[in-house]
Amino acid sequence: MAYSEKVIDHYENPRNVGSFGKEEKGVATGMVGAPACGDVMKLQIKVNEKGIIEDAKFKTYGCGSAIASSSLVTEWVKGKSVDEAATIKNTQIAEELALPPVKIHCSILAEDAIKAAVADYRKKYGDADKKAAD
Amino acid sequence: MTSARKNPIYLDYSATTPVDPRVAEKMIPWLTEHFGNPASRSHGYGWEAEEAVENARAEVAKLVNADPKEIIWTSGATESDNLALKGAAHFYKTKGKHLVTMKTEHKAVLDTMRELEREGFEVTYLDPEPDGLLDLGKFKAALRPDTTLVSIMLVNNEIGVIQPIAEIGEITRSKGIIFHVDAAQATGKVAIDLDKLKVDLMSFSAHKTYGPKGIGALYVRRKPRVRLEAQMHGGGHEKGFRSGTLATHQIVGMGEAFRLARLEMAAENERIRMLRDKLLAGFKDMEEIYVNGDLEHRVPHNLNVSFNFVEGESLIMGMKELAVSSGSACTSASLEPSYVLRALGRNDELAHSSIRFTLGRFTTESDIEFAVKLIKERIGKLRDMSPLWEMYKDGVDLNTVQWAAH
Repeated sequence: MAYSEKVIDHYENPRNVGSFGKEEKGVATGMVGAPACGDVMKLQIKVNEKGIIEDAKFKTYGCGSAIASSSLVTEWVKGKSVDEAATIKNTQIAEELALPPVKIHCSILAEDAIKAAVADYRKKYGDADKKAAD
Repeated sequence: MTSARKNPIYLDYSATTPVDPRVAEKMIPWLTEHFGNPASRSHGYGWEAEEAVENARAEVAKLVNADPKEIIWTSGATESDNLALKGAAHFYKTKGKHLVTMKTEHKAVLDTMRELEREGFEVTYLDPEPDGLLDLGKFKAALRPDTTLVSIMLVNNEIGVIQPIAEIGEITRSKGIIFHVDAAQATGKVAIDLDKLKVDLMSFSAHKTYGPKGIGALYVRRKPRVRLEAQMHGGGHEKGFRSGTLATHQIVGMGEAFRLARLEMAAENERIRMLRDKLLAGFKDMEEIYVNGDLEHRVPHNLNVSFNFVEGESLIMGMKELAVSSGSACTSASLEPSYVLRALGRNDELAHSSIRFTLGRFTTESDIEFAVKLIKERIGKLRDMSPLWEMYKDGVDLNTVQWAAH
């Protein structure tokens, strides 16, 4: 499989690998995929009081494209509001990394990981907009 | 440490081997000077080519202690498997239409069996034991009065295990069942004595044994005589078993490759066993690694290991300094893990995370040292990145997790 330079760069120098401490405030986690399918992504976001994602971390079990997709979205979600992050589309990820058709599922998984992390955030901390209105 | 080498270290000898320079040298004159058609009977060009073909046939026969008359040239082991299975199944179809093989056979056997099923034959695909070997009791139980043909490989291409061919042959011969063995991965690695083994048909390949690609052979026993229906029709070459002009240079190459294998096998196997043991010892202090397939009944050339909690394709990507094969078919377009490892009962994750290291004639001790160092470093890096490894370290039983399937 020939990979794009960007995929190789993310694979060789993954950004934001790791996990937040279990007690850290404002942390939400999205875990998607299944080992039997060959990829599992764990994406964590750390959201401040203003509803802005100030940090993100990932761990991925999967092929180079899956690692690159999750590494890329940790960079993209940082500085965005939770709502903005939830609008990131797999097509943007696939385009940025020049994923071949057989690897599109990696970008879909990365989008799902963001959505799952956002959903976990809303479940844990309530809606950010409502919080601002309180 | 990892950038010192230009080319990746080749540890994929079961995929193919380089042509031994001594073999290549013997082949070349048969392309240019001695280009005659071995079937030409009316002049010296043909006669010398025919002599070269017969000398090579004798060398192939000698490696496996057969009569040269029992060796039929083909284009490779895949064609040999096709000729053996279709040829015998068709010829003996009035006796019965039941065939037996194993789930861990090469695709050349499995796909041919599938084709025979479409033609109306019934095929039993036996499971291996978790160590990859065939259980003889289960094998015997699968045989029926209408079983005409059994096909079991000698050495498995993915896990290197050696099947009990001698014992299987005793059983099939006593029941009058034709026994085919795919020995593509075995020549030059295990001693084969067809005078003793009760094998009726055996497939060979040149390019797994330091010969050229595109040439192979099928052993067809003469006593007791085995009959085949030809699959390739034409000029009646190879006693009508396989028509087509003989590729003299390829045949000369296979003959020389098999001659060298016969002379050098004992010493070479000892050296390779030492290297394989060194490779395995290098992994000893790593957690959660699993050797696939029995280690005793196995050629020393093969080590197939699963590195748990690391995905196969990223593993291959992380080992670009090594030319190895992965049990994860992610490297092709499909997401199916190795069917051989699945048949051993390995779960998908372990099947996906397996690496097949196959060593050969030109593998050196420093190659192995480099490989061990690199693998430890890269597995460590990938596990630091793996959520599964993190969960395992936290004591989470991954089998109890509800995964969101996709």
